[in-house]
Amino acid sequence: MKNWIYIAIMALVSFAIRATPMTLFQKPIKNKFIQSFLYYVPYATLAVMTFPAIVEATNSPLAGAVALAVGIVAAFLGAGLFPVACICCAVVFILEFFV
Amino acid sequence: MSQANTYIRGEYSLRRAENKKAFREGMHDGIPIGLGYLAVAFSLGIAAKHAGVTPFQGFVASFLCNASAGEYAGFTVIAAQAAFVEMAIMTLIANARYLLMSCAMSQRVKPGTPLVHRLIMAYDITDELFAIAIARPGYLNPNYSYGAIVIATPCWAMGTALGCLAGNLMPDRLVSAFSVALYGMFLAIIIPPARKSKVVAVVVVCGFLFSYLSSVLPVVSTISSGTRTIILTVLIAGAAALLFPKTSEDEERTEDVAA
Repeated sequence: MKNWIYIAIMALVSFAIRATPMTLFQKPIKNKFIQSFLYYVPYATLAVMTFPAIVEATNSPLAGAVALAVGIVAAFLGAGLFPVACICCAVVFILEFFV
Repeated sequence: MSQANTYIRGEYSLRRAENKKAFREGMHDGIPIGLGYLAVAFSLGIAAKHAGVTPFQGFVASFLCNASAGEYAGFTVIAAQAAFVEMAIMTLIANARYLLMSCAMSQRVKPGTPLVHRLIMAYDITDELFAIAIARPGYLNPNYSYGAIVIATPCWAMGTALGCLAGNLMPDRLVSAFSVALYGMFLAIIIPPARKSKVVAVVVVCGFLFSYLSSVLPVVSTISSGTRTIILTVLIAGAAALLFPKTSEDEERTEDVAA
């Protein structure tokens, strides 16, 4: 029973965090700084979360590093979400046979 | 995509062909995310099991919370049988980045869009679903998000339950390979715009660099990774916004190029 209370708190807080800005900001923000800031947020946050986490996620750090490099090249050449994800997985799967 | 600048009644109805298309595209893009979620949630489920959470509780927790780091932090609180207040604060800190993402997303919702669409889109703001939604040009079509949610969320919840049930049955090598799927997707989202815009490229490189530095430097590295993500995001995006302010016209121009 106690676990359910914990889970209810987790769920409520998780939802409140996400729902508050989405319901609060009904109109476009005119402030140029905030506009620019929010434009750059996804790129900054995704880059921060990708490295060095990708290198730490794999059994062999080397495999993770190569997956990062290959993923960057593939994305640079225009590969989409699913192809890049598969390529990165394949790189790790194959490399970890050798290292 | 409708050209009007405010929401028109019934605009996002699934009876419209363009919304069906957006929903299908969301499902399509949700598949790789769902597969990645299965693998990540599986390892989350193992942590839940150690915390004394049943598979059904794990399923419900994941279905409602949609957060990897947040849930992991939550399960450690359950494992410690800590105070309920601690659970609230822990969840708040581990998920604080979603506050930023929700702010960013709110700016891309068509003015006048009904609350129910905003709330359902908000419910599943995760790193991945936020990323694919924001990568699309123009106003967000909620149906795209719904398509992604109906694929990704069940995978996330099922993966957690399976991890609770099966524990360490999945070969270690496969877990390792699957674990980079999410990062591969992140790269596919941030690299193409970085190719088009020098500022975005600098933001991405700074993100990699400072994230690495903050993980090895003394003192800073003792801060939890979720909190470091928030601090670095605010600093880097803030600096970029100060040095290279971006007008909404700029954005429309680059989106035209992208489309």
